Amino acid sequence: MAKAFLFILLSLVIVGAYFYAPLAKGLKEYTRVLYFHVPAAWVTVLAFLISAWYSLQYLRKRDMMLDAYAAAANQLGILYCLVTTVTGAMWAKASWGAYWNWDPRQTSIFILLLIYAAYFSLRSAVENDQDRARLSAVYSLLAFATVPFFIFIIPRIYESLHPDPLINAQAKIKMNIKMLQVFLSSLTGFTLLFLWLFNLKKRIIKLSAHFEEIEEEYE
Amino acid sequence: MFHEVWILFKKDLLQEFRSKAAINAIFLFSIVTLTAVSYSIGSHAISNFILAALLWIVIVFSALSAFSHIFLKEEEAQTADTLKLIAQPTPIFLSKWLFNTLLLTLLLMVIVPLFIAVFNFQVKNIPLLLLSIFLGDIGLASGGTIVAALIAKASRRGALFSVLSFPILLPVMVVGISAAQIAFTQEGSPLFPSEITALFAYDVVLFTTSLMLFDFIWND
Repeated sequence: MAKAFLFILLSLVIVGAYFYAPLAKGLKEYTRVLYFHVPAAWVTVLAFLISAWYSLQYLRKRDMMLDAYAAAANQLGILYCLVTTVTGAMWAKASWGAYWNWDPRQTSIFILLLIYAAYFSLRSAVENDQDRARLSAVYSLLAFATVPFFIFIIPRIYESLHPDPLINAQAKIKMNIKMLQVFLSSLTGFTLLFLWLFNLKKRIIKLSAHFEEIEEEYE
Repeated sequence: MFHEVWILFKKDLLQEFRSKAAINAIFLFSIVTLTAVSYSIGSHAISNFILAALLWIVIVFSALSAFSHIFLKEEEAQTADTLKLIAQPTPIFLSKWLFNTLLLTLLLMVIVPLFIAVFNFQVKNIPLLLLSIFLGDIGLASGGTIVAALIAKASRRGALFSVLSFPILLPVMVVGISAAQIAFTQEGSPLFPSEITALFAYDVVLFTTSLMLFDFIWND
């Protein structure tokens, strides 16, 4: 059911992004990347937030399941982060003429990618389960404290060529109604896709924990 | 509390300056970094903008080599448990942080004048440079100390310290470079540009978060 709904919604978004949404004045075809790049960026941050939340809960309750959820959210987050980075670089090539030029926005997404990668290298470096859960939860929260700095402060200090993000200084949305329809459906679709994947992961984690228990009983 | 911090700090100080093995290696490493950077540039004239970036590369590499020792030595000598018995986590973190700050400050007092002498250029706004480096010093020490505590508990360490601390310390480097660029090029520039505010804000965030999270690392 959820699968079918997501399939239809995301198909509609793809069709809508190319054929339904008009181009704003003076903008070229490649600006349609907006309908995929921005939702992916939003989910990257969302996944990071969810992971930080589970990390905090782990430190409070010391339940190994919570640690597994935090790791699962980060695994999905790194995927979306890659999508954001690659679509952003492609757009930058078309619009600015170079794939990468350390624009503040590019720096911040790259740092997020580094943090995600560092999180997993920390996880693989700790053998004891409890230690791994505790240390990675601490790292997740530490990194989380620095993220607002990248997203909100650095792009304000340094001039960025990046188009205004949705949360801009004037608090205005510069899209016409058709663009907004496609954009918001895409945002919903990406978020639901993430939540669906995350839910699958959670079920896998619960099932494998359950099977481990059964195995232990038989032994 | 302050008394406890002071005693723990004095213990580290005595320990390190008695054997000097670690301190010597750390100082030598920053000299090596400086040499590598200076030699690769040779006698080419380069712009002050690039000099600012090079200065911060030397600073960050020195910091990365210096910080992990403070907690690793407790694990290696198996004194971490004794330390747990005699002191609360907060004074331990504060004393280790104080030591790392002092260590990096001493390092920078050698490295920065040497850097300016080697590259033979004039700093236009010395107070701004000093202030930005001092704030950067505190930020690097806060992030470095908490990551050092983290990796001391990991079983396979390798290059883990640099990998984990780099994303957390990068804002300090980015803002530090831009402050140094102003200090190197603009005479009579204001002492508190937005870079200084950002550095200060980041220091506060990093220090408080580290202090709050340290309990979870230290008590298992």
